[in-house]
Amino acid sequence: MPPPDTTASTPGSTTEPMIVFDGVEKRFGSNVVLKDLSFTVAPGEHVTLIGPSGSGKTTILRLLMTLEQLDEGTISVGGRYLSHELRGGKLTPPREKYLRDVRKHIGMVFQQFNLFPNMTVRGNLIEGPTRVLGLSKAEANSRAEELLDLVGLKEKIDAHPTQLSGGQQQRVAIARALAMRPDVLLLDEVTSALDPELVTGVLKLLQDIGESTDITILCVTHEMGFARDFSHRVMMFDGGRVLEDAPPDKLFTDPDHQRTKDFLHAVLDH
Amino acid sequence: MDNLPQIVSVLGDGIPETVIATLGGVLLTIVLSFGAGLLLLSPSRTVRGVTRVYVEGFRGTSEVVQLFWIYFVLPVLVGFQLLPLFAGIVVLGLNHGAYGAEIVRGAIRSVPRAQYEGAIALSLSPAQRMRRVIFPQAFVEMLPPFNNLFIQLLKSTAILALITVPEVTRQAREVLIPNYGSDTLLIFGVTFVIYLVLAGLITLGMRLLERVASARLGRRPSRAARQAAKATAGVAS
Repeated sequence: MPPPDTTASTPGSTTEPMIVFDGVEKRFGSNVVLKDLSFTVAPGEHVTLIGPSGSGKTTILRLLMTLEQLDEGTISVGGRYLSHELRGGKLTPPREKYLRDVRKHIGMVFQQFNLFPNMTVRGNLIEGPTRVLGLSKAEANSRAEELLDLVGLKEKIDAHPTQLSGGQQQRVAIARALAMRPDVLLLDEVTSALDPELVTGVLKLLQDIGESTDITILCVTHEMGFARDFSHRVMMFDGGRVLEDAPPDKLFTDPDHQRTKDFLHAVLDH
Repeated sequence: MDNLPQIVSVLGDGIPETVIATLGGVLLTIVLSFGAGLLLLSPSRTVRGVTRVYVEGFRGTSEVVQLFWIYFVLPVLVGFQLLPLFAGIVVLGLNHGAYGAEIVRGAIRSVPRAQYEGAIALSLSPAQRMRRVIFPQAFVEMLPPFNNLFIQLLKSTAILALITVPEVTRQAREVLIPNYGSDTLLIFGVTFVIYLVLAGLITLGMRLLERVASARLGRRPSRAARQAAKATAGVAS
């Protein structure tokens, strides 16, 4: 693997991978969650991570969002290290300021939405763009309105998150992540906390976003139908390793491993 | 009962001192609570350690003894006597600030981890995370315990009688009792009522603040929103 470039490149304009995991290990105490994990994701690619709970899928997203620190290996996004900071030719622990700069290119949508209850929908949407990206209030506002229109909640712009249903909150959270114009979007079981009748709408929205943008998307989900339609690639995890990595058509119909078959059987049956 | 007007008038003379001591103490309490409360959450062990010494030192010793220290001992050490009312405010503030620091720390700690993570995912800086996301949510949680603390502070102003501040309790004990000794019940009865009314005012103020702060979190519609809803309902029916 060529060493990632330290200067900010324009992601998507090269054939360089957008995300590179190289020999990543993550432990929680004595529990090894990810073991010698290496994979790459191309710009614009949609990759879905599946596997039994505790297999480390969510940890991968959390490492990418810098919510966790890794123990071994390196991670880079858009040609820049995320796990480390390259200083004087040496890999050093990243400083907060550097991390914030790399983080700007990554967005995340959480299972529990994590909207800020002390702000209206508008406040949630303009907070990052104005404070981090330096947009003017007017620019951020028009971006917020545009995105709310996209997620079908334009009339809720001055509502508080607590006045919205779960599905509406998750749409706002998706809009909030998109307002940062990320290169990489991480979706962490975004429909798991929703009432069943609200799931379809959110998945449909994500499908539309996937089709109409060139954002690189990593997705952890239990919605196998969605994974099949949405992904270019599906990675099956087990015990902190990638057991199988294939296009959805292959993985869902003719997996190589019995373990994958059993898992799919279990989730599709229930 | 004949002496009621005089009793009320003499106790009333003490109210300004009691109110000034309370307001001064509350102000200092707020400053110290937020200052020390945030320092208790500092990543630096030394900073946390030093702050801990302040908090435990003032929580763990008698307020009356602290008052004697600052009023009687400090002058011997530094040769400078503070004005009684000022000394009283300093002790009330230092003491209640130590309790308040724990309120602030606890409230900030109680904001769910998910809120920090949401803020990190938007690349907000550590200071922005605290100022824009965490603190506003923690603030609402601080108000009821601060209401308690301020009422306790009000009642503690009675110890200022011990260092000659002519507040309500001292007026009762030093002015009224020697002159109207037979009216003990009435004197201390009115004193009770004065504290009760002042505590009620504190609660009223804090409730108002709580209501405003909750509305901003969308927990309870603001007055404007409720009126708008009423107006719309009226049109619809």
